[in-house]
Amino acid sequence: METYTITVNGRTKEVTVDPSAPLLWALREELKLTGTKYGCGIGACGACTVHLGGVATRSCLVPVSMVGNRPIITIEAMAEDPVGRIVRDAWVSLDVVQCGYCQSGQIMSAVALLKSVPRPTDKNIEESMGGNLCRCGAYVRIREAIRAASRQLKGGVR
Amino acid sequence: MLLRSSRTGSVFDQTAPNANRILRSVTVILVACGAGLLLMSFASPKAQHGDRARTRTEGLAAWQQVYSVLTSPRCINCHTATNYPQQGDDRRRHFANVVRGLRGQGVPALQCVSCHQKVNADSTGAPGGHDWHLAPLSMKWQDRNDQVLSSVEVCRAVTDRSKNHNLDGPGLLKHHTEEPLVLWAWHPGHRPDGSLRTAPPLTHEQFVEATRRWVEAGMPCPQAP
Repeated sequence: METYTITVNGRTKEVTVDPSAPLLWALREELKLTGTKYGCGIGACGACTVHLGGVATRSCLVPVSMVGNRPIITIEAMAEDPVGRIVRDAWVSLDVVQCGYCQSGQIMSAVALLKSVPRPTDKNIEESMGGNLCRCGAYVRIREAIRAASRQLKGGVR
Repeated sequence: MLLRSSRTGSVFDQTAPNANRILRSVTVILVACGAGLLLMSFASPKAQHGDRARTRTEGLAAWQQVYSVLTSPRCINCHTATNYPQQGDDRRRHFANVVRGLRGQGVPALQCVSCHQKVNADSTGAPGGHDWHLAPLSMKWQDRNDQVLSSVEVCRAVTDRSKNHNLDGPGLLKHHTEEPLVLWAWHPGHRPDGSLRTAPPLTHEQFVEATRRWVEAGMPCPQAP
């Protein structure tokens, strides 16, 4: 076991874990930030997406030992993020969620997309969100919510 | 004076034959060299052609070794002609709907570095290396049906400086010797099931040596059939 100092949602935290343990487990088991979900464990579903150093990252694939000093942002901090708030509001207003299990990953990816491309095309949305699976099939509403959030951002949707 | 002259004369008398011998030897050598050069000038077209042919043959043999590495899964999986990378020894489409993106680094919420860190993550099975990304489409070594391009086609692409980031022979050799993602192919880490990924068919040292021989031979490419 090793002790690592990581920055999560703007706060410095210490976690004592096996160096090979995925970041996901440090977040969920050590820090009790359970908004980030375990889905497939192999980076195929996107449920575990967090922002690591500003990059939407599959936390199930990144060992804690590789995090370094890159800041980690999880779904729990999205209400404090200007783009995150807009996306959350769009999610609520369009009633996107069905079972909700994949939604924290969906929102983290949507926020990463909109921060990079505030006016995404349908192709941008399709490609960027392509790694986030939803077993309920809420894809149509997810796409519409991203469009709605984009309209709220400076520049609007194309 | 006479004495001095005689002494001087005696000195010259002793050295003159040696000087003459040396002069004669030099003359013989020069004449022999001249004759050799003359003979070579008469014989050169065939001899030089033979040398060139041998060099080209050796260069092509070295290229085939280079080609065997370039088209191995660890290299060619990211030298696709399509909008996606491949993975595995069977070169299947990369999972998770990963796409190339404008700069070969993925798209905003699904970048290569969303999963691939700077080193292999053996505990999770995700391979990693510095600046993980796809090769540009100009360096595709497959067709759009994921079929590996021929040795002729790959060689043409690799030697075309308008396609290969303007790399000349020494530049290609340096790329094969030092580029971190090239080096990764020989340290590809473990698969998610814990087994080791397959390395290219040559060692890195053999690959670099083959590249060196090919470059020194003038980077010959095979003729199209």
